[in-house]
Amino acid sequence: MIRLDNVYKAFGPRSILNGVDLDVPDGRNTAIIGISGSGKSVTLKCIIGLLRPEAGRVIVDDEVVGELDRDGLGSLRARIGYVFQFAALFDSMTVRDNLALGLVRRGFDDAEIETRVRDSLNVVDLAGTEEKLPAELSGGMRKRVGIARAVALRPRYILYDEPTTGLDPVTTAVMDQLMIRTRDLGVTGVIVTHDMKSAFAVADRIAMLHEGRIRQVGTPDEIRASQDPIVRQFIEGRPA
Amino acid sequence: MLRAPGRVPFVSQVGGWTLDAARAVGEVAVWRPLVIGQMRRLGVDSIPIALFIAVFTGIVLALLASYIFTGAMPLYMVGALVGKTIMMELGPVLTGMALAGRVGANIAAELGTMKVTEQVDALETLAYNPVSYLVVPRVVAATLMFPVITAFAVAVGVTAGWLTAINLLDLSSVEFFKGLRLFYQFKDVWFGLVKSASFGAAIALMGSLKGLSARGGAEGVGAATTRAVVLGCEAILVLDAFWALVLL
Repeated sequence: MIRLDNVYKAFGPRSILNGVDLDVPDGRNTAIIGISGSGKSVTLKCIIGLLRPEAGRVIVDDEVVGELDRDGLGSLRARIGYVFQFAALFDSMTVRDNLALGLVRRGFDDAEIETRVRDSLNVVDLAGTEEKLPAELSGGMRKRVGIARAVALRPRYILYDEPTTGLDPVTTAVMDQLMIRTRDLGVTGVIVTHDMKSAFAVADRIAMLHEGRIRQVGTPDEIRASQDPIVRQFIEGRPA
Repeated sequence: MLRAPGRVPFVSQVGGWTLDAARAVGEVAVWRPLVIGQMRRLGVDSIPIALFIAVFTGIVLALLASYIFTGAMPLYMVGALVGKTIMMELGPVLTGMALAGRVGANIAAELGTMKVTEQVDALETLAYNPVSYLVVPRVVAATLMFPVITAFAVAVGVTAGWLTAINLLDLSSVEFFKGLRLFYQFKDVWFGLVKSASFGAAIALMGSLKGLSARGGAEGVGAATTRAVVLGCEAILVLDAFWALVLL
């Protein structure tokens, strides 16, 4: 289970997270919604230890992420996949090598790596792209390779950073299906998005982040029925 | 508004970096397979520019020596000046300066782009230490290859000086090599090569550090690249003086 306990994060004088409390239940997709710059991606990076909170605790499987050394973080990251907003594929490597890199690090043999690469590309419907370079793929395909790279590690958790931003409606629906499919495989998902249609489609729970704090948490139906003016404004997409 | 409490003290941060670097060097299984590729990219591919510079350095030195020594000293001293200067100073330093541009900029731009496109973060999420995967192989490769490139440059520079002397000056091959041998010591060679190894390490390190600290987008990468080249050149001059003080 992932738990954020009164988490603070600032960049210089600018506070981003001002005491975030959030529980992410296992085996479910939890969407974190909020306006751009509200600290959604920072929250994800605190969960995986790319950023260290100034105060508060991020707890993953009973381990306090901020107290882990590099070995501890390596072990933690073996259980967490991360899908970056712009995929962050290694542009000098083929799709196969992108997927294999994390597996090599974990010491799998060549046969196991080959099997996992093939299976992961099948999950995202990109079989046959192994030898392509990221530059030869469309934006949507790159994001799917990003998911495949995370899935290949067979993690307990996958953190999705704006997985549908910049995609056309059809590709967005494909990404939504993938996030549901990975959840159905037993993977806990944390999805940062400001795409409400996608959030309602894939999330079992939705948390609204506003001014560095969680404003409301609930099921998609509860969020739809929310009477909180900030939440209503966001989900209805009304200007302030 | 509640301000985020706590700041990591500077000393602790520097200590953390040092520890991280030491651990990265210790992860031999991660960086060793990458060294050969970097030796080719940073080293072998840099040979043409180094040799180009060496040819013209040799020509100019021979002509300059002739201009200085004519009427004042025996002309075979041209060989001594060309050999000594290229081996000990101009070979390593001019090669280093050229490679500070080529290698330092290459590393800073590549790692800077990886940084701003979150590829460095992606490496971390895959449980790689970016220092052991990106920095150590480049620093090791540059440290090993700069002396090799410098050795080629010295050989070509001296040869260019010799060809200039026998074709454009009133000097025979016998006289040129008499001068070349006159003050030659084995130290002349290893002094230049030790310097060039340190230049390679410094240039790769500056390029890596500046690249990994790039922020923003293309502008940030451009700024990091410029800074890496400037710092690389400055490091060469400082190290040049340091080795002269320590070894001469």
